[in-house]
Amino acid sequence: MTISALLIDITLWGSVLVLGLIAFRRGRVVVVSAAREGGMDFINIVPRIALGVIGSGYIAAVIPPEIITGWLGPDSGWLGVLTAVIAGGLTPGGPVVGFSIGAVALKVGGGSPQVIAYVVAWALFAFQRLILWEIPFMPARFVWFRAAVSVPFPFLAAALAMAIGKP
Amino acid sequence: MKQPAPADDSPEAEAVPRRKRKPVGWSMIFIAVLVAVSATLVYRRDGIDGVLKILTDDLWLFGEILPRVLAGCLLGALITEILPHEKVSRSLGPNSGLKGLLIGTAFGAILRGGPFTAYPVAAALLTVGADFGATIAMVVSWTLIGYGRAVAWELPILGTDFTLWRIVISLPIPILAGALGRFVYVRMYPKGEPT
Repeated sequence: MTISALLIDITLWGSVLVLGLIAFRRGRVVVVSAAREGGMDFINIVPRIALGVIGSGYIAAVIPPEIITGWLGPDSGWLGVLTAVIAGGLTPGGPVVGFSIGAVALKVGGGSPQVIAYVVAWALFAFQRLILWEIPFMPARFVWFRAAVSVPFPFLAAALAMAIGKP
Repeated sequence: MKQPAPADDSPEAEAVPRRKRKPVGWSMIFIAVLVAVSATLVYRRDGIDGVLKILTDDLWLFGEILPRVLAGCLLGALITEILPHEKVSRSLGPNSGLKGLLIGTAFGAILRGGPFTAYPVAAALLTVGADFGATIAMVVSWTLIGYGRAVAWELPILGTDFTLWRIVISLPIPILAGALGRFVYVRMYPKGEPT
């Protein structure tokens, strides 16, 4: 287990403990009720997470990264931004995959605004994260709504990147 | 026929709101089909070994994630129990204005942990009275300017210059996304969220 994973676990369970203590001071009933609710949520969510985690490996395996980097050509202008946004939404896998593809795209000469658009789109509405994490935990209507209102923002980020220029 | 709204002093009004649990919906069926198709493609390309290798890798990952998911669920449930709903709906509700969006953005930016923290907490906020706008600001801020992910993954892979530049450009996005969400929401559901 890496240090950062350990830190995440400590903060996570630490927060549970702190909130649990606050709840306990309000009365035992509050803790019991929260534990029951949380436990039921967990049981309800596990099959969805299982499908997402185990399934995403297969989805990632059939979408080769070369296809995605190929779309982020240099000097591709707004068409490049558009393809970057679509590519970001379609990129499967965890944070390593998205950022690595962005890094590869930069290395092979992808334009910075396009790569920004790609990274922002991927952060906002990569379909796999929506499916794997967001839908199981949140009301589906909220998730689709949020993804839909997020659509303009990778374009805005690219426009800002073009206006500000490279650092 | 519309049911009359419960009076303010009725027991329903005081009870802790419960998150509705979802039956298996279309989203899940869609994913299951997508996974089945992908697994078949992997099988045809790499044979049964390829299928099994991905399965064991992902089962391992699943086992690692599971305790965190439990912690996230407990966190969400505890927040639902102990946060004062009145205060939350005042500071993050539909009428919280720019301040609500700013609070959501700040909260998302400092929230540590992975998706197993962010989404249960966001769901809990929705339950206790935050509106779509403030919750969108929080979720978007968490994915775009939350420093946890940037430090752990983006800095080492994409480099400091690019990451900082990307974050600066992203700064206005959570607030704008939350505002757009609110703007669309009140026009989509002028009479409040359908149940």
